Amino acid sequence: MERHFERDLEELKERLLWMGSLAERAVHQAVHAVLDADEALAQTVLREENTINELQIEIDDRVVQLLALQQLMAADLRFVLAIARINNDLERIGDQAVNIAHSATRIVRHPRVKPYVDLPRMGELAEKMMRDSLDSLVRRDIELARSVLSRDDQVDQLRDQIFRELLSYMMGDSSVVFPAFELILVAKNLERIADHATNVAEDVIYMVAGSDVRHPAVDRNTA
Amino acid sequence: MDSAFPLMANSGAAAASSSAKIAAHTPAMTTPGASTLRMKVTKLNFYYGKNHALHNVSMDVATNRVTAMIGPSGCGKSTLLRTLNRMHETLRHTRLEGEITLDGVNILTLDVTRLRRMVGMVFQKPNPFPKSIYENVAYGLRINGHKGRLDDAVEKSLRRAALWDEVKDKLHKSAYALSGGQQQRLCIARALAVDPEVLLLDEPCSALDPVNTAKIEELLFELKPSCTLVIVTHNMQQAARVSDSTAFMLNGELIEFSPTGTMFTTPSDPRTEAYITGRFG
Repeated sequence: MERHFERDLEELKERLLWMGSLAERAVHQAVHAVLDADEALAQTVLREENTINELQIEIDDRVVQLLALQQLMAADLRFVLAIARINNDLERIGDQAVNIAHSATRIVRHPRVKPYVDLPRMGELAEKMMRDSLDSLVRRDIELARSVLSRDDQVDQLRDQIFRELLSYMMGDSSVVFPAFELILVAKNLERIADHATNVAEDVIYMVAGSDVRHPAVDRNTA
Repeated sequence: MDSAFPLMANSGAAAASSSAKIAAHTPAMTTPGASTLRMKVTKLNFYYGKNHALHNVSMDVATNRVTAMIGPSGCGKSTLLRTLNRMHETLRHTRLEGEITLDGVNILTLDVTRLRRMVGMVFQKPNPFPKSIYENVAYGLRINGHKGRLDDAVEKSLRRAALWDEVKDKLHKSAYALSGGQQQRLCIARALAVDPEVLLLDEPCSALDPVNTAKIEELLFELKPSCTLVIVTHNMQQAARVSDSTAFMLNGELIEFSPTGTMFTTPSDPRTEAYITGRFG
């Protein structure tokens, strides 16, 4: 028997995925604004931030309505809770993209510190994690979600590598401190984006399997 | 007289005498986290004539907990509830196989009047006696030879049923003058008067408005420290709100018996999932 609220649940998912695609695009554009020193692209990201924020509020409202009116249970309840959490993560990803775009507008005023090698790799990794976490939501694919979790360490390693390299540049030439520091911030933002993608993947696992994989060290019986 | 008014009971003396050791229990379908068992149902099969109504049901009822039974109409939940105090024996052509214990003692070996004194029941529709409010509660105490001040015992029961403040000035008015919700709480007070160990509630709120439903639900929380409660309800939100563990029944089988929080967030059986999300059938 199909229930009338299933259409509401489907719409909720569609709106979240739309928000996800906007956040994904914002990250992609922000990273390329840095890599290609494209200030116009950075401005596009800044202009479109509000659309993501509006979607966050809209999705929150839909979640509240569903929880208040439909007394959802079991898989439906887990689905709506997961959507509510993912909604926050996507909005935070949008914020991180904005941070990167702001950095881009400042970096373009300086000569390039060095050829970018690890930063594009880190950007691609973080974007792929985002895309896969959202795909795992669409396909209810736990294995794909788990693969996102396993990639978080690679992003962390790249961040550390970028920090180390840029620090050495800063110590060698004080004139690059400002743009190098901005690049460190960009790496930090990308690392946070990967963390949010990881959160999304964890929520998908909870939604599909009902298991909470967020903090393996926490014993639920004593928490 | 006793069998005509099976809810009536005397003091807890009988209950005390039956406090046998709790039998060892099988791990299946137990209430996780429960330290002691008040009742235990083992491989219960029940028949209405040729109709096999309960199939091999095994279930534990934890002490001082609320156990809810849910399932679609005709799934056997009310039948199972009624077997817990042998109310099914009021019907002809019924047959029960398997074992039900109360504090480790097979209930079939107990005197049925004594059993129903220890395991009281509240029905779907309030059914007060055509007597005064006071007499509704005092009646069972009196026929069971209550010793001590009857007035005190009546007040205590009415307080336990959260009705005292509403009726203390009209104790000798007819019970029929009360509202439906008040009548249901009077029936609970009547059942509590004889200090049962277990109280069975068969859809106790189905005839009540939301305000009175909430009062009964709050009452269940207040009774829990002193009584073991088993409730049959069609209202899943009610089961979710009031119970510690929930049993889902379907076609006479116990499909799943889990802590309520687990049952309504991560049920293990797809049939439970389909039922509680409203996609059953």
